[in-house]
This record gives sequence, structure tokens and C-alpha cells, in this order.
Amino acid sequence: MFDALVQYGDLLQKAIWETLLMVGITMGVAIIVGGPLGLVLYLTGRGGLMERRWFNEVLGYAVNALRSFPFIILLVILIPVTRFLVGTSIGPRAAAVGLSVAAIPFFARLVEQSLRDVPRGVVDAAISAGASYAQIVRLVLLPEAMPALVSSLTITAISFIAYSAVAGAIGAGGIGDLAIRYGYYRFETEVMIWCVIVMFVLVQLTQWLGSWAARAVDKR
Amino acid sequence: MTARANAAPAIDMRNVSKRFQTEAGPVDALRPTDLTIAPGEIVGLLGFSGAGKSTLLRLMNMLETPTTGVVQVAGADLTSLGEAPLRRQRRKIGMIFQLFNLLSHETALGNVAFALRVAGVGRRERRERAREALKVVGLEDKVDAYPAQLSGGQRQRVAIARALVNEPDVLLCDEATSALDPHTSLSILRFLKRLNAERGTTIVIVTHDIKVADYVCQRCAIMQDGAIREWIDMSDPRPASPLGQFFLETAKGWTDETVLPDGSA
Repeated sequence: MFDALVQYGDLLQKAIWETLLMVGITMGVAIIVGGPLGLVLYLTGRGGLMERRWFNEVLGYAVNALRSFPFIILLVILIPVTRFLVGTSIGPRAAAVGLSVAAIPFFARLVEQSLRDVPRGVVDAAISAGASYAQIVRLVLLPEAMPALVSSLTITAISFIAYSAVAGAIGAGGIGDLAIRYGYYRFETEVMIWCVIVMFVLVQLTQWLGSWAARAVDKR
Repeated sequence: MTARANAAPAIDMRNVSKRFQTEAGPVDALRPTDLTIAPGEIVGLLGFSGAGKSTLLRLMNMLETPTTGVVQVAGADLTSLGEAPLRRQRRKIGMIFQLFNLLSHETALGNVAFALRVAGVGRRERRERAREALKVVGLEDKVDAYPAQLSGGQRQRVAIARALVNEPDVLLCDEATSALDPHTSLSILRFLKRLNAERGTTIVIVTHDIKVADYVCQRCAIMQDGAIREWIDMSDPRPASPLGQFFLETAKGWTDETVLPDGSA
């Protein structure tokens, strides 16, 4: 078992970095694009501060449409876009495009739900104190929802660590790729086992970190 | 007081109504209502759940936008103000709530300072003034406590300090003591009375508890089905409506003979 680790150690190490790169890019895009999208979904939704029923419906359908694609199909459909953006359709950077597109609506819905869980009365109190919408978002909604937002981020990270392994099926690189190419196609069972162990450790670490951070920001 | 009696009303509502659109169709939470409250008055809005009293109160700082009518509070017509002037005007109208509605991620000081922060007051000044406001409500030793570390009564005091830190002309109280035990309620109500006596703050209190209205208010609107049924002078209460009579009986204490407002025994 450890012979395999010695033999394939370098490959495994490279795969870990590739996975971290894919997930890192994905999380970055999820936060930068999915976060504001979730905020807009919340603000324009029913009873929201800037309720826009039609706009919200259309946006909601778009988000759902994106979420209904089987992930592997989404990767294939996006190949032209990926080629345009990254110049190639294989490797971790290319896979990060598909992963990011999948992560945006995923994280957006979690953000929307986290904001919805902020008690409406707290927003009422801010309005009656004379706060503007921008101040309410910045000083009330986001900080009050922070523990839930951190948990949403953790859930997204763990889901997309797993998705990044699926992307291995189309040559993304990373741990999933290694598991398929060596563990599955070449019957190197030990490589497969090591890949699973590494994935397990990554997921555990992410969960620990996420739970710790959520507790740290929670004053309730 | 005499000088104030001639002054413009603190709150003046003309033909104000509120209709909510729900899945089941439109609901008239408040039917067209006129109401005038003089500066320095303490007025109660009394009624059961769903009578429209909270809606009426929330119209007084435009937490709800009226379907019809004009709402003048603290010298400005809220219904004709743009967003920025409305926000400035709201600083003259404090509000406290049944469930306190404090920011859980801010300390007592941070919660009170919030009302100054949104008004653009600098950090040093707002900390100083927030500390002062917390002292007024007797919480000078809880400045750095988070709401989760405070009792219900203490949380409401923080909320009061937040509502008062901008020195409002009007204080709106939405079931402010309904979630508190009797002795805490009494101490909060005493504070409101003192505030009214010392600063002349106009206070509007929504409650379903006649004891609250009886102790604090000078006069009370009895509300039912989205309308004010009658006004009662609390110094000499002579309610004409069955609902008003029921409330008065309740204040004295229920007996086997107490008649319910729908006429049943």
C-alpha cells in the first residue's frame, strides 16, 4: 500500500494541487458572482426590500435552469466557452470554468436562503432608525447572516471538491482524474484508495475550518 | 404644556388606509382613518390581534406605505418626502418592538451606535453618545455585552437607547412589553412615562394589554377590524362600545359576569 505512495507520490501531490486550484478558482467565482446574485434574488424576492416580481421570477428561472444541467453535460456544453477563456478544454484551469458556472447558482441560492433567515424585525428596526438600503445590506443583512453564509460557503466548497473529481472524467486533472486514469483504467487499486483517502481528508479539513469559522462569527 | 397645546400636532393622519394584496385577495388592514396626536401626548392603540393597530403604528414612520391618505409626523408630510429626506425624518421618530430586534452581531454599544452610524455621525462621537444613552436606560455596565448575554428587559432597554439616541420627537412602541414579565414591563413603562415627562417626547403605544394603556396612556383608541371604534379618555374612561367596555372590565379584573365583546357571557 505504501509502495504505491512512494511510486505515485509525485503524481498524487500534483493532483492535490490541481484539485486545490480548481476548487479555489471555483470558490472565488462563487463568492464574487454567486454572492451578489444571491443578494439580488433576496432583495427582489417576495417581501424583499426592492421587490421586483417579474425580474425575480426570470432570474429565478435562469438560476434553476443552470442548476438542472447534469454536471458532466454542463462541462461538455461549455467546452467552446472554456476554449475561448482558457485556450484549452483540458486541465484544472479549463475544468474550473465549468465548475464555476455550476457553483454560481448553487452558492447564490444558499446566500438567498441565509439572508431570508435574518429576522424581518431587525430590518424593520434598521429602516426605522433611518438606514438606507445600502446600509441595511452592509451593516445588517450581511453581518447578521454571516454564520449562515460561512456555512453555505463550507457546503459549497465540499460539494465542489466532489464535483472537481467528477470533472476528472473529461481530463480535468486533480485527484479525481488520477483516480480514474490510474486507479480505474490501469487497475491500480492502491492509487484509487489513496485518492479516496486524500479526498476524505480534504473534505474533513474543509468542514472543520468552516465549522470553526462559523462559530467564530456567531454571537447569538 | 400650554405652549405645546397650540403647536402643530406631533402626528396628523388624514384619510389614511392600508390595503394588503394577498394570495386570497385584498385585505383592508386599515380602513380610511383620521387621527391627530398633540406633542407630549401618550396615546394608546388598543385592540385584539388583527385589529389594525400595528399597521396604523407602522404607517407613522412609513414602515408601511399607506394605500391612501397623508401622514404628517414631527412637522413633515412623510408621504410626500423622497427617500433621503424620509430617512432623515425617521431619525425624529424612534421605534421599539415586541422582540427588541437588536443586531445579534453587535454589542449593546454597537446597537445603539448603529442609529448614529446610519446618520453619518463619526465613530468617536457615536460611541460617546451611545454610552450616554445606555446610561440613561441604566445599562452603563452592559456596554460591551452582546444581546444574547442580556435578559429580555435589558435587551428592550438597549432597543430604547437605540430609539432615543437621536433624540426623537416621537417614540412608537409596538407591543414593547408583551414579551416581558410583569415587573420588567412595569419598569420599562415607568421609564417611558419619565421620558415623556422630562423630555416631552410624544409616545404612541400599541398594546392588547389594557393594564399597559391604563397605566401609561392619557387616551386610547379602541381598534377593531381595521378601524378606530372609539377614543377613551384614560383619566375618566367611559367606553361606549362593547369592546371598550370589555377592556375596562379587564382592567378592573374579570368576574363570572364579565361580558365578552361579542356579547356572549
